[in-house]
Amino acid sequence: MGTFIDYTVNGLVVGNIYALLAVGLALIFGVANLINFAHGSLYTVGAYIGWVCITQLHTPFWVTVPAVLIGSGGLGVAIERLALRPLHGTSRIAPLLATIGLSLVLDQVVQLVFTPNPRALPSPLPDWRFQVGGGSIGTLDLLILGVGIGSAALLFVFLRFTKLGWAVRATAQDIDAAKQMGVDTDRVNSTVFAIASALGGLSGMMVGMYYNSIDPGMSFDATLKGVVAQIIGGMGNVPGAIAGSLLLGLIESYGIALFGTSYRNLFAFVLLIGILILRPNGLFSAAKETPPEPMTGSFVARGKPIRIPMPGMVGIVAVAALLPLVAGDYVLQTGTNALLYGLLALSLTLVAGTVGMVSLGHAGLLAIGAYASSLLAIELHIPVIAAIGLAGLVTAVLGTALVFPAFRMRGHYVSIATLAIGQIVALVILNWNSLTRGPIGISGIPPLTIAGVPLYDAPQTYWFVLAVVTGLALLQARILSSHLGRTWRALRDDDVAARSHGVDVDRYKALAFAFGGFGAGIGGAVTAHLYSYINHETFNAQISVLALTIAILGGLGNISGALLGSALLVGLPEVFRGLAEYRMLIYGVVLLLLIRVRPQGLLGTV
Amino acid sequence: MLAISNLQRRFGGLLAVNDITLGIGAGELVSVIGPNGAGKTTLFNLVSGIDRPDAGRVVFEGADITGMAAQRLAEIGLARTFQHGRVFANLSVMDNVLIGGHVRLRAARPRVPGLGALAELLLAVIRPSAVRGEEAALRDEVRDIVAMFGDRLLPRLDHPAHSLSYANRRRVEIARALALRPKLLLLDEPTAGMNETETTEIQEIVASLKARGQTILLIEHKLGMVMRLSDRVLVMDGGRAIAEGKPQEVRNNPAVIEAYLGHQSTGQEAA
Repeated sequence: MGTFIDYTVNGLVVGNIYALLAVGLALIFGVANLINFAHGSLYTVGAYIGWVCITQLHTPFWVTVPAVLIGSGGLGVAIERLALRPLHGTSRIAPLLATIGLSLVLDQVVQLVFTPNPRALPSPLPDWRFQVGGGSIGTLDLLILGVGIGSAALLFVFLRFTKLGWAVRATAQDIDAAKQMGVDTDRVNSTVFAIASALGGLSGMMVGMYYNSIDPGMSFDATLKGVVAQIIGGMGNVPGAIAGSLLLGLIESYGIALFGTSYRNLFAFVLLIGILILRPNGLFSAAKETPPEPMTGSFVARGKPIRIPMPGMVGIVAVAALLPLVAGDYVLQTGTNALLYGLLALSLTLVAGTVGMVSLGHAGLLAIGAYASSLLAIELHIPVIAAIGLAGLVTAVLGTALVFPAFRMRGHYVSIATLAIGQIVALVILNWNSLTRGPIGISGIPPLTIAGVPLYDAPQTYWFVLAVVTGLALLQARILSSHLGRTWRALRDDDVAARSHGVDVDRYKALAFAFGGFGAGIGGAVTAHLYSYINHETFNAQISVLALTIAILGGLGNISGALLGSALLVGLPEVFRGLAEYRMLIYGVVLLLLIRVRPQGLLGTV
Repeated sequence: MLAISNLQRRFGGLLAVNDITLGIGAGELVSVIGPNGAGKTTLFNLVSGIDRPDAGRVVFEGADITGMAAQRLAEIGLARTFQHGRVFANLSVMDNVLIGGHVRLRAARPRVPGLGALAELLLAVIRPSAVRGEEAALRDEVRDIVAMFGDRLLPRLDHPAHSLSYANRRRVEIARALALRPKLLLLDEPTAGMNETETTEIQEIVASLKARGQTILLIEHKLGMVMRLSDRVLVMDGGRAIAEGKPQEVRNNPAVIEAYLGHQSTGQEAA
C-alpha cells in the first residue's frame, strides 16, 4: 500500500510537470495551429536559468522563480516574433519544421555554453517529508503539485475573465473572424507564447530540482511527453491537456513499478499511436474523425525544379568516382558518410516529398536495417553482401507494417506518429534483450566483404557505397518516371480526388514505404558493417531530423537534390573540421533559413 | 443504370438528404437542381462514395453499391467532378488527366492476387513493351480528350495545374473524369464561377457528350443550361425532392417556383 501511494504521488508529480508543458503546447496549437517542437528547448533553458540563479548567483527562491518565468517567457516571445510570425500564410507544416530548426539551435547553444555534462540542480527548499498512509510526500512534491494546480487556476481565470483571454479563445476558434472583429492576433500570439514558454521553463527548473540533474539533451523527451499528453487530451484542448498529462504520468509511474524503467517511454509512445488511431481527437472528444487540415499533407512549395542534363549527371558521377585518385582517406571517409546519408535522404525525399508523408522517424528504418544485417551476418553466418540485401527486404516489410497505421493520417498527425514509431523501434531494440542484446549493443559486426574479400581501405569502401547509391538513385528515378510517380504525387496533392479516380491510397503509400524502406535499410546495414558496433542510440532522432533537413535543402522529392543536400550538410562540416562542434547549430540555422528564404530547396521540389 | 432509393443522410439534427429516390437510365442526362443548401452535393457524395448514407440504397447496373468506397466505384465506372475543383495542384495538366485513366491501366497494374503491388513496382522498373504501349496509348487519348476544350488546355499540357485559371482547372477536372471512360459521369456544378462564354462552351461539351450516349448526372445552378440539356430534372429543397420530371413540367411546378423565389405570387409572375 505504501509503495502504491509512493508511485501514485510520483505519477501525479510527473503528470503535473507534463501538464505544465502540455498546457503550453495546447495553447500554442489553439491559436497558431502549430505543434511547437521547440517547446522542450524552452524547458531546458528554464532549467539552466534556474541552475545559474541557484548555484552561481545564489538568489533566494522568490527571485529565482520570476527569473525563470521572465527568461523563458521572453525567449518564447522572441521565437514567435522572429522565427514564426514571418511564416504566416505559408504552408502549415512550415512553422512546424521551423520549430524543429529552432530546437536544434537552442539545444546546441545551451550545450556550447554549459557543456553537455549533466549538472546538479539542488532544491533550495527545506527537505521535509510528510507521511501519508504508509507512503510519503516531500516539500518539492507539494510545490510541484501546487504550481500545477495554481497555474491551471490562473490560466482558467485568464482565459475566462480577462479581455485578452477572450481574445485568445476567439483567435483559437477562428483567426480570420477574430482579426475582423479587431482582435490584435499578433498580440494574442505573443501572449500565448509568453505564457506557454514561461510555464515550460518553470517545469524544466522543477524537473531539474526533482531529479537533481539537468542536461542539454532533456529537451527532446520533454517535447515528446508534452505532445503525447496533449494528444491524449485532444489537440488544442487545455483542460484535456491537463487530464492527459496526469493520466500519462500515472500510467508511466505504475508501468515502471510493474516492468522497469527502460519501458517508461514505450508506454507513452504506444499510448500515442493507439490514441492517434482510435481517438485522434483525444479521449475527451466524441468525434472519431480528425478535424480537416486542408493542404497540410504536402510541404511542397511551388516552383520549377532545376533539371540537371544527362551529360552533367554522368560528369558528376564520374568526378565522384575519380575522387579516390586525388583525395586522402579522411575526405573519402567523409564522402562515404555523406553518401550513406544520401541513401537515407533518397528514401525520405520519396516518402516526405513525393508522397507527402513528412516522416520524423526515418532513422528507425536505418536501425532496423542495421540490426537485421548484423544479426544475419553474426548469428546465421550469412555472407555480408547477402545480409545487406536481406536487411533491405526486412526493413521494407517491417517499416511498411510499422507505418501502416499512419497511412490514414494527415499533416501533423503523420509527423507525430512517425516520430513515435521511430522511438518505439529504438525502445524495442533496447528492451528485446534476447534478440538485440539490449543496451549493450552489437559489437564485432563483420566488415563489408565482397566475394570473401573484406573492404578495409577507404577508397574501396567509398566506391562500394557510391555504386549502391548510384544504383538506387537510378532505380528511384526510373520508378518516378512511370505511372507510379504521378500516382504518388497525385495522392500527395489531394487524396480525396485521387481516391475518387480509383487510386488505392493504402497500396501506393505501402509501395512507397516499401521501396523507401529497402533503400534506408540497405543504408543502415552498410553503416553497421562500417562501424562494426551499433546500439539503440546509434540511429537517433537527430538523424531523422538531419535527413529531413537534407531532403528539404535539396528540394522535396528531388533525387539529385537529396544527394546534393547530403554532400553539403554532411560533407562540408567535416571538411572544415573546426565546424564539427557546431554541426547541429548549422543544421538548425540551415533549416530555419531554408523554410524562410527558399522553401522549395536548392534544386526545387518535384 | 443507376437507381437511388429512399436515400437518407443526417448531420446532427439536420436531414441533409431526406428520402431521395431517383433512377437514371443509360444515355440519360438527369439534372439535380435546388437552392443552396438543398442537399445536392451531399447526395452526390453519397452516390460517389465520399460519404455513407444512413439509410437507403444505391444500385448501379444491378449491383448494390451503397456505401462502397470511392476507389471501388471508380473501378466499376463512376467518375465525378468536385464542386469547388480538386485538381492535383503540382501535377501537369497531362498528369492530372492521366490519373483519370489510372483504373484503366491493365498492363501496368497486373491482377496478381496478393502480390499485385510488388508486381506493379517491378513492371514500373522493367517496363516491358505492353506497359509502354499502354502508357503511350493513354497519353494519345488524353490529348484527344483535352482537344475537346479547343485551345483552352492543349497548349498548357505541361503546365502545373496550380498555374491555370479557375475555369481551366474546372476543365481539367472534367477531362480527368472523362479519361476514366465512365459509364456514369457525375458533374457537380461544372460551370460554377465561369462567365457566359465559358458556360456556353461547357454546355456544348456536355451536349456533345450526351450526343455520344454518355450517361450524366448533373448538378447545376444555371437553369438555362439545365432546361436545355436535361432529359429529366430532380428539384431538391431542404433535403427533400419537391419535384421531378421533364424540364418543362418542373419549370411550371408551383412548389419549385416557391422554393426558388420564396413567394408564390411573385413566383407566378416570373414563371
